[in-house]
Amino acid sequence: MSETKNTPFLEVKDLRVEYFTKEQVVHAVNGVSFTLEKGTTLGLVGETGAGKTSICKSILRILPDVGARIPSGEIRLEGQDLLKISEKEMRAVRGQKIAMIFQDPMTALNPVQRVGDQIAEVVSLHMKGTKEDFKKRAEEMLEMVNIPKQRYVEYPHQFSGGMKQRVVIAIALACNPELLLADEPTTALDVTIQAQVLKLIGELRDRLGTSMILVTHDMGIVATYCDTVAVTYAGSIVEYGTKEQIFDHPTHPYTIGLFGAIPNMNVDEEWLHAIEGLPPDPSHLPTGCAFHPRCPYATEDCAKEGFVKPVTTPDGHTCVCCHIDEVLKGEK
Amino acid sequence: MPETMLENVKNEKIKKSSEFLRILKQLSYNKLAMFGLILFALELILCFSAPLIAPYHYNKLDVTAMNLAPNAQHWFGTDELGRDILSRILYGGRYSISMGVCAIAIAMMMGMLLGSVAGYFGGWVDNILMRFLDIVQSMPGMLLTIVISAVLGAGFVNTILALSVNAIPHQARMLRAQILKIRNSEYIEAAQSINCSRAEIIVSHLIPNAMSPMIVQATMGVANQILMASSLSFIGLGVQPPAPEWGAMLSGSRQYIRDYPYMVIFPGLAIAVTILALNLFGDGLRDALDPRLKR
Amino acid sequence: MGKYILRRLLWMIPIILAVAVIVFTLMTFCPGDPAQIISGSGTSEEDLAIIRESLGLNDPYLVRLGRFLSNTFIHFDLGTSWMTGKSINDSIAERLPRTFVLSIITLLLSMIIGIPLGIIAAVNQGGIGDNISMFVALLGISIPSFWLALLLILLFSVRLGWLPAMGIGGIKYYILPALAGCTGGIAGYARQTRSAMLDVIRSDYITTARSKGMPEFTVITKHALQNALIPIITITGTRFGAMLGGQMVLETIFSIPGMGTLIVTGVNSRDYPVVQAGAILIAIVFSLSMLVVDIFYAWADPRIKAQYERQGAKKRGGKAHA
Repeated sequence: MSETKNTPFLEVKDLRVEYFTKEQVVHAVNGVSFTLEKGTTLGLVGETGAGKTSICKSILRILPDVGARIPSGEIRLEGQDLLKISEKEMRAVRGQKIAMIFQDPMTALNPVQRVGDQIAEVVSLHMKGTKEDFKKRAEEMLEMVNIPKQRYVEYPHQFSGGMKQRVVIAIALACNPELLLADEPTTALDVTIQAQVLKLIGELRDRLGTSMILVTHDMGIVATYCDTVAVTYAGSIVEYGTKEQIFDHPTHPYTIGLFGAIPNMNVDEEWLHAIEGLPPDPSHLPTGCAFHPRCPYATEDCAKEGFVKPVTTPDGHTCVCCHIDEVLKGEK
Repeated sequence: MPETMLENVKNEKIKKSSEFLRILKQLSYNKLAMFGLILFALELILCFSAPLIAPYHYNKLDVTAMNLAPNAQHWFGTDELGRDILSRILYGGRYSISMGVCAIAIAMMMGMLLGSVAGYFGGWVDNILMRFLDIVQSMPGMLLTIVISAVLGAGFVNTILALSVNAIPHQARMLRAQILKIRNSEYIEAAQSINCSRAEIIVSHLIPNAMSPMIVQATMGVANQILMASSLSFIGLGVQPPAPEWGAMLSGSRQYIRDYPYMVIFPGLAIAVTILALNLFGDGLRDALDPRLKR
Repeated sequence: MGKYILRRLLWMIPIILAVAVIVFTLMTFCPGDPAQIISGSGTSEEDLAIIRESLGLNDPYLVRLGRFLSNTFIHFDLGTSWMTGKSINDSIAERLPRTFVLSIITLLLSMIIGIPLGIIAAVNQGGIGDNISMFVALLGISIPSFWLALLLILLFSVRLGWLPAMGIGGIKYYILPALAGCTGGIAGYARQTRSAMLDVIRSDYITTARSKGMPEFTVITKHALQNALIPIITITGTRFGAMLGGQMVLETIFSIPGMGTLIVTGVNSRDYPVVQAGAILIAIVFSLSMLVVDIFYAWADPRIKAQYERQGAKKRGGKAHA
């Protein structure tokens, strides 16, 4: 029993994900490691294509069968490696222990099934009971996400985007999962709806005590909902620490760039500060530190394989950069 | 500035020819499609050089060699009148293949005319034409073809006409749909915005873009028409015996199936191989022309 | 939904009328003198004149057309056969069910074989299952059904003697014709199912279903197939039409006294009233089956149903305005 004390709730170690077509291999995730304690929320931050969705899908093992591969890595949920267990055991995990909220609610629901049935379905897969029980639970879930239970019999096309996302949330939470993966849950929604949906997710998380991985590229959302933050770039985590550490002392040039891209409303600025250049093509990643072509601090060494290593910053969080001294001195 | 425009035009030309090359290249990668193409080409050559290569004349009766099973002199055997089945199949291919090709050619021309008129003018012209096609299509294709060949009478040309009438609505609808889709697309708008004339738009944008699905459809259509033509001849319409049309040959040898099954097997095999070849090629062509498969 | 069906049924009336007019006109301009056809050769000119007069063939075209339409659509009398002198109504009442049953059996057979082939192909995209299924489909469209019919007769009737080669009777008389007629349908369904399934399998809601912890088999059969069914249903109407048409040839081979043989013998013996009646009847059956298909379509996809109902509502709204 003493072991469980030391075992983190979720531990991801050196996870790699590759997609391959006939011609090329795309390295979507390159050696990602992080841990998540029970009841806390990790923010996974990064640009589009940084591998955030692939990380979530590999935790749930729902990467596409054809063309996707996890060549190495461990994903330990309460000590059990999810990549090693059988598909049947994994099915018991999906939906019950770990659930996922998807990016685009418009396409995440089956268009020819009643929304209530789609919630009841996940209940029926993991809980014992009669059809009436499942239906009752689905109705409860609808009410929990502020949808009148009379709308159980309606179809997704009769719902607005925000309501569809609330149905997706209801599906995800129907079996009281211990871990919730929220993959940019508000990106596809109107700005006004975004806040509502996030607030709902936050409230339900607090009420049910669920741990959560929140994927986003919005630093504001991270500030409100997360305890720890992992900044991803080109399939790797470049900076990892508590919210306070990252927000107070951003150390990686990329993280600093991300904060720089948020306009400061108190100062009259003419231009947004964008990070120069484009995210790299994941099928042809730069050698060494993937960020070096865009990094103002980059030296020739940064392009060398294996030269850039994780370092611990003065305030105790991790940063994968060899120029932190210069960064902290505030040069450039 | 004019120079850069000229440059653009040049690039455009290069792009077009490379597009064609790309399709050829894509097609040449597809082994099955190439197999189909070669098979069909081979068949065309064999059938159309039948007078040169066929061992016998298709109507040469030989009372000494009736109902012979396949042997060294008669590779596919002989029929009830002692005619060489291989020779008849070679000659017959000329009927079957040219009926299919001609019927589709006529249907395509008429279909393009109707379809482009409907698609281009829209409004009541479109409405009337489409309702008319509705009526024609409310009869199963085979039935329509039978009724029309009943009116026109049997024979080679009449059968082609009957087949093409049946195929017109499909071709017309297809071209119309393509034109409607393209007409509203942004690159036509872009062409209009730089003052391209109407004729230019039709010739250089609408037709080429609508063509590729039409070509695929035509390839498959030829296969389908060959099938229909042989069915017609089989039930006594279409091409009449003693012409060695494949369907007519099958119909003639049907009664001998019990004792001489090879009489039935070879003409049918000829039809099946032709249609298989055309479909293989058509499938490959569709894949090559489908821009969604582009890499 | 009821309003939608009613509207579609009403729309069928002008279509069928137009088919009747076209077929009648075509038949009128067919070569040959009907009186000669009816009486055979060697009839005197006076007798021919009497026959023409009794059939009303001397009346102007429009009068005959009007008479034909009123007989057909008001009195539901399709006339008498020139060859047998029998009422066409009677022979159709006897024959249409056979053709209909045969077509339905053929259609079901091609669905039962074709759809699973398509699913297997889509699930194993690029693998052995895919290649085998698609090869079978390719064979299906390439083999002429009348040739396959002959081969089946050769094997099962002549060689093995298991199944009857011709005529009608119990269900076993339908087996060979249905087998011969279903190949094109199998190919069509297999290809359509494959492409529909490939589209559906990549959708997000399939990932949602997997993330619920649902067994893969259930994901495919429940969520994927349910959505893939929609495009599959759309081809059923045309397939059924093709099967009705295909019966013209297959019934001839298997000597099944159905609509196909009726029309084909009608054509061959220039018995034009029979051809006319048969063509119109088949067109009606075909149009009705297209309607049934559309209703199934709405049943499978609530979005389509909503669209149909909205159209109805719009029509009503428009009328209220006017």
